[in-house]
Amino acid sequence: MERTVRQAFRKPFTIMTKQSMRAKQRKQTMKLIKRAMPLYLMMLPGILFFLIFKYGPMFGLSIAFMSYDPFAGFRGSEWVGLANFERLFTERIFVDLLWNTLVLSFYDIIFYFPAPIILALLLNEVRVKMFKSTVQTILYTPHFVSWVVIVGITALLFSSQTGVVNQMLMSYGFDRVELMTEPEFFRPVWVLHNIWNGMGWDAIIYLAAISAINPQLYEAARVDGATRFQMMLHITIPSILYLIVIMFILRMAGFMDLSFTHIYLLQNPLNIGVSDVFDTYVYRAGILGGEYSYTSAVGLFKSVVGLVMVICSNYIAKKMGKEGVY
Amino acid sequence: MAVKRSIRKKLFNEDTLFSIFIYTVLCLITATVMLPILYIYGGSFAAHSEFLTRRFFLIPREWTFDAFTYLFSNERFLNSLWNSIVITGVGTFINISLTTLMAYSLSKRWLPGRAYLNFMVLFTILFAGGMIPTYLIVNSLGLINSYWAIWLTSAISPFYLIVMRGLFSNIPKELEEAGRIDGCGEFRLFWNVALPLAKPALATFTIFYLVGHWNSYFEAVLYLHDHSKMPLQVLLRQMIIQNEETLETVDEIAFSPAVPMAAIVITITPLIVIFPFFQKYFNKGFLLGSVKG
Repeated sequence: MERTVRQAFRKPFTIMTKQSMRAKQRKQTMKLIKRAMPLYLMMLPGILFFLIFKYGPMFGLSIAFMSYDPFAGFRGSEWVGLANFERLFTERIFVDLLWNTLVLSFYDIIFYFPAPIILALLLNEVRVKMFKSTVQTILYTPHFVSWVVIVGITALLFSSQTGVVNQMLMSYGFDRVELMTEPEFFRPVWVLHNIWNGMGWDAIIYLAAISAINPQLYEAARVDGATRFQMMLHITIPSILYLIVIMFILRMAGFMDLSFTHIYLLQNPLNIGVSDVFDTYVYRAGILGGEYSYTSAVGLFKSVVGLVMVICSNYIAKKMGKEGVY
Repeated sequence: MAVKRSIRKKLFNEDTLFSIFIYTVLCLITATVMLPILYIYGGSFAAHSEFLTRRFFLIPREWTFDAFTYLFSNERFLNSLWNSIVITGVGTFINISLTTLMAYSLSKRWLPGRAYLNFMVLFTILFAGGMIPTYLIVNSLGLINSYWAIWLTSAISPFYLIVMRGLFSNIPKELEEAGRIDGCGEFRLFWNVALPLAKPALATFTIFYLVGHWNSYFEAVLYLHDHSKMPLQVLLRQMIIQNEETLETVDEIAFSPAVPMAAIVITITPLIVIFPFFQKYFNKGFLLGSVKG
């Protein structure tokens, strides 16, 4: 009873404060906005960039539901519903594109993904500082070499007539290796390029995680008489397991996004059966072939699958009690 | 005592074997990574005849700069080299100025609307319109066949922006307040307080953006049509991968493998030279950012 009386007395009072607080807050916000004007001005070019070149294309994706006619323009084109998607899912090329993407992703996870981890584990065992930093510097360097140069060097080394590898093979009586044109070499070459290019760079993050491991763990193990291999197996690897899981999840999130330029540069009419993925198909049929609507639908399909994968992976990462990616 | 010694001896042996294994594997990996680059560097200084007489060599018997003098007297090559420099220079300047300005502003916790703007940035990492709609927008803005298409479509990398925002928000608040008392406006605070403190990060991201522009190939193919506007990477592709007669001449030197090798050397040397210079910043700036970002 007493309580309700008190409440009755209090109520109008609290409402008053809430209202006044809200008004005060609004006033403060207005003041903040005024104060932030120079900041908004500084951000303006960036915001315009995001609106025009990032969000513009997202709204432009609506042409995937149109039969876009470049001459009629965005407004004059006809809406066709899901016709473009129906065409994509019924065409045989869809299965091929999906299959090629999946196989390349699979190769990447089996062969590329462990490479930086192994490299970081090896580098961690090196006690000679000079040797370690030299090896690291050399292994970072390929990350700064463009795909054009990487594919170009491969082409120079393995060109069927003048390439040094094939000349050597022939002089010893072996057959030439048509590395750049035989379809069966496309996937191995692709994944080897990835390893050559990215291994040293991607090892950085694992090395950083390893350097954060408590050194007392190693000391305790040493007292117990563990060999260095045993320490690696029982301390280092379990300690960075969380990072491996996160990197793996991130990799899964990007399984539709293979380095497009790299694939495009390695692609030629002979290996197109194994090298054609969604992006190269979009470029060929869309930009070169002028089928804007249909290829936008292909791109939208790819983006949506990618988005779903990112959300799922982040959910899994959080479920496992680890920090999410975002 | 004897038991202890035998354990220690055994340990010593196993660990030594382990070490030998590790050093061997690392040497092998390093050699494999270096070999193609060394071969290209060596070959670029070799005469044509050397490619015919010797099969594999890393150091030419007789050094010659023919391939380089040939390239540097070739107008087409010089033109694309210049195009690459322009694209990279202006592009990186746009990248860095837009990214730092936006990252600094977004790092202010009191900024009204900050959460919406952050989400706006983050979402573009997760979902993108894709190649065709972007191309159509560039086209409708009339930017096709202009370097602005490349500069503007890649003006900000959302990922670098987010990392940089984290770095700016680590700057102590007291410094900002001190600056404010001294009468600095927001822009002065950004220019005189925040930027000097973020120098290592700025250096790192400048390099990342610069490498991105210098190495980019596809943007040029997609947005540029004019042959005279093409950057080095496009010319390299035509020279080596497509094996086209891009450098018009009938000299013997034009057909020597040294010429494409020299072109590759000219393309990658600037980056390899810059890299160790900036390496000291990587560990400080980038790793800190990526861990906290």
